[in-house]
Amino acid sequence: MADILGAEVDEEGFLLNLKDWTKEIAIEMAKSDDIDLADENADLYHERWDVLNLLRDYFEEYQIAPAVRVLTKAVGKKLGKDKGSSKYLYTLFPYGPGKQGCKFAGLPKPTGCI
Amino acid sequence: MAIKKFMYLNRKASYGTAYAIESLEVVLIAAAFDQDVSLAFIDDGVYQIVEGQNTDGIGMKNFSKTFHALGDYDINKLYVSAESLEERGLTADDLMPLVYEDEDDDWEEKPSVKIVSNAELTKIMSDQDVCLSF
Repeated sequence: MADILGAEVDEEGFLLNLKDWTKEIAIEMAKSDDIDLADENADLYHERWDVLNLLRDYFEEYQIAPAVRVLTKAVGKKLGKDKGSSKYLYTLFPYGPGKQGCKFAGLPKPTGCI
Repeated sequence: MAIKKFMYLNRKASYGTAYAIESLEVVLIAAAFDQDVSLAFIDDGVYQIVEGQNTDGIGMKNFSKTFHALGDYDINKLYVSAESLEERGLTADDLMPLVYEDEDDDWEEKPSVKIVSNAELTKIMSDQDVCLSF
């Protein structure tokens, strides 16, 4: 079984145990996708963490990873209307805000992710 | 693609079997296809949306929280059998206050749960294209 910093992940790189999540694991996962979540001055650093934190809050509240459509709505509501578009979210997470964002945030793959 | 009316019938309590969580997962997946989705809670299924569930003692995920997300998935028709509630000594006040935001009414929060008699439910069911029982 593969692991990231000692935490087990599945074949797609999602954490098996959600409680294992740390910021360091997110940074490590992002690194292999060429995304810098460690350097505060990196491009889109704060924007990416805003969405990752929102994903973690969403999961805490509803116990599911949101579908992209639902995430887009939530981002628009909480982070500003201009950010509530899938174009913006794909800028942050080019492999898909659902798939890549949820992975970094330590969430399971979104239900209904097709 | 023509929109069909799907109704998911929930007849079992949340944690003794996998029916309840399987139903909820299918509902969330179906929501991605922009269909007309409604849920019905009958028999022990009414326990699924009872307020104040705590799964600490059984080591399972408390997925009752997920019902609060349904509004965001545009699922806002949750019918509860009045007879099933009454047989179990439950009332509307025992259920979670599930709501959705009405896009056509300035995003006003409105209740998603509707308590109906079995006779009314029968009528609603006969109006569906597909009924799936869990």
